Amino acid sequence: MSFKAPRILPALTVVTLAAGFILVFYFAPNDADQGFIQKIFYLHVPLAVCALVGFMVAAVQAILHLRSGDPGWDARSYVSIHISVILGVAVLITGSIWARASWGKWFVWDEPTLVSFLIVFLLYCTYYPLRYAIEDRERQARYASVFAITAGAFVPLNFLAVRLAESLVHPRVFATADGGLTPKMTVTFLVCLAGMALLWQTLVRFELAAKSTRARLARLRRALDQDAVAGGSRIAPVPRRASGAG
Amino acid sequence: MNAFRAILAKDLRTELRTLESVPAMALFAATTFVLFRFGLDRTTLEGSLAAGVLLATVLFAAILAINRVFVAEREQGGFDVIRLAPVDGTSLFAAKVCVLAIYLLALELIAVPVFAILFGVGAAGLAPLAAVLVLADLGLATVGALVSSIAVNSRARDLIGPLLLLPLLVPVMIAAAGAAEPLLAAGGPAYGEFGQWMAILALYDLVFVAVGYAVYDFLLED
Repeated sequence: MSFKAPRILPALTVVTLAAGFILVFYFAPNDADQGFIQKIFYLHVPLAVCALVGFMVAAVQAILHLRSGDPGWDARSYVSIHISVILGVAVLITGSIWARASWGKWFVWDEPTLVSFLIVFLLYCTYYPLRYAIEDRERQARYASVFAITAGAFVPLNFLAVRLAESLVHPRVFATADGGLTPKMTVTFLVCLAGMALLWQTLVRFELAAKSTRARLARLRRALDQDAVAGGSRIAPVPRRASGAG
Repeated sequence: MNAFRAILAKDLRTELRTLESVPAMALFAATTFVLFRFGLDRTTLEGSLAAGVLLATVLFAAILAINRVFVAEREQGGFDVIRLAPVDGTSLFAAKVCVLAIYLLALELIAVPVFAILFGVGAAGLAPLAAVLVLADLGLATVGALVSSIAVNSRARDLIGPLLLLPLLVPVMIAAAGAAEPLLAAGGPAYGEFGQWMAILALYDLVFVAVGYAVYDFLLED
């Protein structure tokens, strides 16, 4: 398992996201209904889409891990969930701000998408205590994959159930998110979505690189310690702390 | 199939001899009803409140059984024996789902009449309610068996089990409460969206039976 940090991807992410936000503020018109606050839509919705797609990607990677037994897929699945949970925090915060500005409340229970997202977020938060409650590495990876697959199957079911529960109480128009968007808004939204997807991918790649570098460092340290103990090497036994500084 | 029957019979015989799970669940449910009576300060319940109290109680009582269902396998070496025996891991999963479903049905045979008596719920809605509970039980049992076999091999198993279960069971709660609410309405049972909620429950059961069937062998490997 060895992952390298991306080189071109971060630059591409910065350019796309910057272009997206320039479009948000100088190109996309203000929403007729909600005014300026609607612009948080270009941040909130791409975040939510990327987080949810990230969870599904993690489920697919978990399936590949169970089929192949390759720990690299488990690492990918773990990092996908990790980055998506972080985006999930941002989704809930931006969603709350938007709800407060347009409905006057921080959380609205009859907004099915918001409620479903909260439930999904709570479920994925339990991934960490589960993972770290299992000591054996190989078993940890397998159980975490089983969780990722179960949770991946849960996400669409949960959205279905919550949406039905709310639509009975509050009849609502089943408009898609971009149902009422002008062409200018659609273009802006798509650029923001692409930027956010690139950001997700960049963060995943960096986290994977960091993880594999840490693992390599630990391996090297162990090898060094063994060499020093065996006495076969010309390197004098190095104290742990000094080797870290050097 | 033989292994399935053997494990199921073994678990039911153990339960009949030790009476470890079902009586505890029933006692727990009765006490919870009393707690709700004072927590809500209501002597009668109907509609959404009745559905919520009944289903939340069943769900929490289910957690008691789910936490215990694999403890014996782990402590007495049942897992090792099953790994050594030439049987499919799926038969263990199927047997445990059935055991949990039977426990839950036994619990409800006691808890639902007690609930109806304590809170003055009309008997007319109870027959269709049984159908809702059967589908909800299957969902609870399937997800419970899956989560329990994950949790029992972790360090903090009593903590991890409920932590994973509660969010996973939210759709069961939504659909079962949605179906049960009009059945327990004050003016007698109504069937507004009954079919739709039953379909959701059935879909949920189906999806998680399929997921459990697909992944269960990976939980047994060692």
